Amino acid sequence: MQQRSSTGGGGGGGGGLQSPRSPSSQPPYLSISVTDPAKMGNGVQAYISYKVITKTNFPEYQGPEKIVIRRYNDFVWLRDRLFEKYKGIFIPPLPEKSTVEKFRFSAEFIEMRRQALDTFVNRIALHHELQQSEDLRTFLQADEQTMERARSQDTGIFKRKPSDLMQIFRDVQSKVSDVVLGKEKPVEETNPEYEKLKRYIFELEDHLAEAQKHAYRLVKRHRELGQSLADFGKAIKLLGACEGDALGTAFSELGAKSEMLSIKLQKEAHHLLMNFEEPLKDYVRAVQSIKGTIAERANAFRQQVELVETIKLKEIDLNKYRLTRSEKTLEAEHEYEELKADSEEATKRFENIVRLMNEEIVRFQEQKTQDMGLAFHEFAKGQARLANGIADAWRSLLPKLETLSSS
Amino acid sequence: MMAYENQGFEDAQIYASREEMESLVLDDNNNNNGNNGNNESNPNSVRSNGGGGGANGGDGVQSQPYNHPLSAPLPFAEIPTTDDDDPLLSSSSPKKSPNSFNSFLEPPSYAEAVFRSFDGDHGKQVNGHGGVSTSSPSSSSEYLKISVTDPHKEQDLNNSLVPGGNAYMTYLVTTWTNLPEFNGTEFSVRRRFKDVVTLSDRLADSYRGFFIPLRPDKSVVEGQVMQKQEFVEQRRMALEKYLRKLAAHPVIRRSEELRLFLQVQGKLPLVKTTDVASRMLDGAAKLPKQLFGESVVSAAVDPNDVSQPAKGGRDLLRIFKELRQSVTNDWGGTKPPVDFEQELSNVSQQAESLVKAQQDIGETLGQLGLAFVKLTKFESEEAMFNSQKVRAGDMKNVATSAVKASRLYRELNAQTVRHLDKLHEYLGVMLAVNNAYADRSNALLTVQTLLSELSTLNARVEKLEAAASKIFGVTVREYERIKENNKNELERLDQERHDDFFGMLKGFVANQAGYAEKMASVWETVANETSGYAKNS
Repeated sequence: MQQRSSTGGGGGGGGGLQSPRSPSSQPPYLSISVTDPAKMGNGVQAYISYKVITKTNFPEYQGPEKIVIRRYNDFVWLRDRLFEKYKGIFIPPLPEKSTVEKFRFSAEFIEMRRQALDTFVNRIALHHELQQSEDLRTFLQADEQTMERARSQDTGIFKRKPSDLMQIFRDVQSKVSDVVLGKEKPVEETNPEYEKLKRYIFELEDHLAEAQKHAYRLVKRHRELGQSLADFGKAIKLLGACEGDALGTAFSELGAKSEMLSIKLQKEAHHLLMNFEEPLKDYVRAVQSIKGTIAERANAFRQQVELVETIKLKEIDLNKYRLTRSEKTLEAEHEYEELKADSEEATKRFENIVRLMNEEIVRFQEQKTQDMGLAFHEFAKGQARLANGIADAWRSLLPKLETLSSS
Repeated sequence: MMAYENQGFEDAQIYASREEMESLVLDDNNNNNGNNGNNESNPNSVRSNGGGGGANGGDGVQSQPYNHPLSAPLPFAEIPTTDDDDPLLSSSSPKKSPNSFNSFLEPPSYAEAVFRSFDGDHGKQVNGHGGVSTSSPSSSSEYLKISVTDPHKEQDLNNSLVPGGNAYMTYLVTTWTNLPEFNGTEFSVRRRFKDVVTLSDRLADSYRGFFIPLRPDKSVVEGQVMQKQEFVEQRRMALEKYLRKLAAHPVIRRSEELRLFLQVQGKLPLVKTTDVASRMLDGAAKLPKQLFGESVVSAAVDPNDVSQPAKGGRDLLRIFKELRQSVTNDWGGTKPPVDFEQELSNVSQQAESLVKAQQDIGETLGQLGLAFVKLTKFESEEAMFNSQKVRAGDMKNVATSAVKASRLYRELNAQTVRHLDKLHEYLGVMLAVNNAYADRSNALLTVQTLLSELSTLNARVEKLEAAASKIFGVTVREYERIKENNKNELERLDQERHDDFFGMLKGFVANQAGYAEKMASVWETVANETSGYAKNS
């Protein structure tokens, strides 16, 4: 049950950081923490800012420690940039933007978000390729003004994610070429293994979403049971006050125990939320991120295929021009060479994505086994702790009841 | 119980194949398991699954399985004493060591010692007050056991204005007893609900001052609903419970009214009394001889003393004053505080919420378990990497544990319901207490009315004195007897309540502890198996 196979590439799990230019005196490290959420601004404009503390000995970074202030949208920017630049790699997921206004500043929500953001940046820092990203350096070190500028540049007038914009552009492009090439159907890979993987990812998301839903409900149930016990305890204490004598004391003791257990239940509910439900949600997000990568791969494939087709047509034209010794020949040759270069690049890009994805999927599976293993452990530990607490509390009451009942 | 114990735990572990895992239908499977606690209660479980579960076939057939556990193993079942029914409560008795609770982790002894349920349903309780009751008869060999079965539709041909007539339900009331008042040891009669109402009214008349158990509600429902199985079954259970409570009451069980109800074949020979007013004023004339010559009620007041003072007008006034004084003292001393009833009602409500919350958490755990079962199946089906297989294995452990825990919650809840049901029962008892006090105040009113009337009629003093000495004496005597009944009843009730409540508390607490330990053990196993992941992070 506890095999931890370290097959495949990438720095899965802890350690294993690789930075080609780091000094050999000390193993390279890049460790980040996201802390101290603070509410900034007022009213509708209000938001939460976080302290991002970077500790590293990477030569590209300024000094061993750096602290900057960042907000959620900065993290979004970073993610989008990485998604653009590192196609084929599964970019770590971000926590969702909150939709419910009143929930936005609740302590629990903020804490969950902080934890998720911390996990996000650290996963980037641990990924052998992503950790070298220039955008990451900007994010971790730039002052707030620079950061804000960078952020507003990329979001553009439409306030869309860059990947969204590119996607639209590509869609239009491909539609045009479809018409030109007389194709209506989208072009897709015919790779059975890859098909299997795609199906797996899509189905996995459904299963995980369901598990996460029930995990969230379980948190709620703990809270409800806790509340019930508190109310019950209070009521039975009042009853005890009415009764008086031994019976009254018994009721009071029982009521007190109930109230104590109610607190334990609330604590466990919180623990469950942070250490079991949140990892499950994180898993769902990760799968959604992979779907993004799948889309990127499809795009890359399409581009490659379209270029090949375009080149073929260009060749026909070129030969035509050559035969007729047209003035357009030179221009056509030039274009032809360009297209060939583009095609080579497109092919390389696509193949790169394929290669990366193959590595990434292995890393992903390993990481998830690790993450879920820990989540299960915390879940079981929490439940055991709660159950033991309950058992102890009630058991300690029994001898007292015994004494009281015989008095 | 032992068989179930192992089965429940082993079940999930044996499920190696995913199909079996998926067919872990919690509802049916679990209900049957949960109620198969005792061998005796197997047939019970069919019925106790609610109206839908076992209620197949006709009226008669439905109740048949219910009858058997009572008649077959213990034909003349004794009224359980403290030792018998609930081991949780007899922990002070020699055969149960106080350390039996520490053996929670061993399934067989654990199950035996702690979770031997209250012999199936509450319906099986012989005396309606549950496991511990000190209201058992003076000699332990006397018993009066009643069962209500076999609901049967009949036509009321006499009053039929409508073709088809008025249909009504009758029930077979079977009694086993060795009490001398009854002629015979086992007999059955057919009674309808109206008869029970009559009985209840007559008892209320005859036993004023006693805490008479409340009879089941008359439901105002349409004719068709009356015949619906669920309603009929509910009513049957309620009637049985009520009659058993009567049988448990030390005084009422020996009443003539009850005997007539239980024994006389054909039409019930009790006349329905609707005249409430007459109770007030003619109390003396209508007093059955029980109140006068009853040996159980100790005549604290010497009848002679009471009838003596009616010698002259002055004495009447004196006695009136004295009486008033004594009543004021009485009320202050023994009337139960209204608060108690309120608090009890509140606790009852909260208890219901608690049970619901326990049920919900169990359900959600089960659903979570199933979701993980599906995930496990999915991941292992076409695992491309070893890490997936590892994860599937971990997930399966969590899934089976969640399912186990869910079942434990279900069982816990079934038990909790029984324990906390006591509270609901006591609400009923409190109302009975209030009625008894109402009786007393009615009687007192009668006395006061008579006295005030008498004291103003100067002209006819002599004649009235003669009459008064008879009525007054009788009425005062009646009042004193009622007061005495109250006092005895209150003491009896107090002790019973004391015992019952402690029984409930201990049972509830032991139950919670026991199941919590079981759950802890389940989760500790998983925590240990996954501890490797913690070291890595």
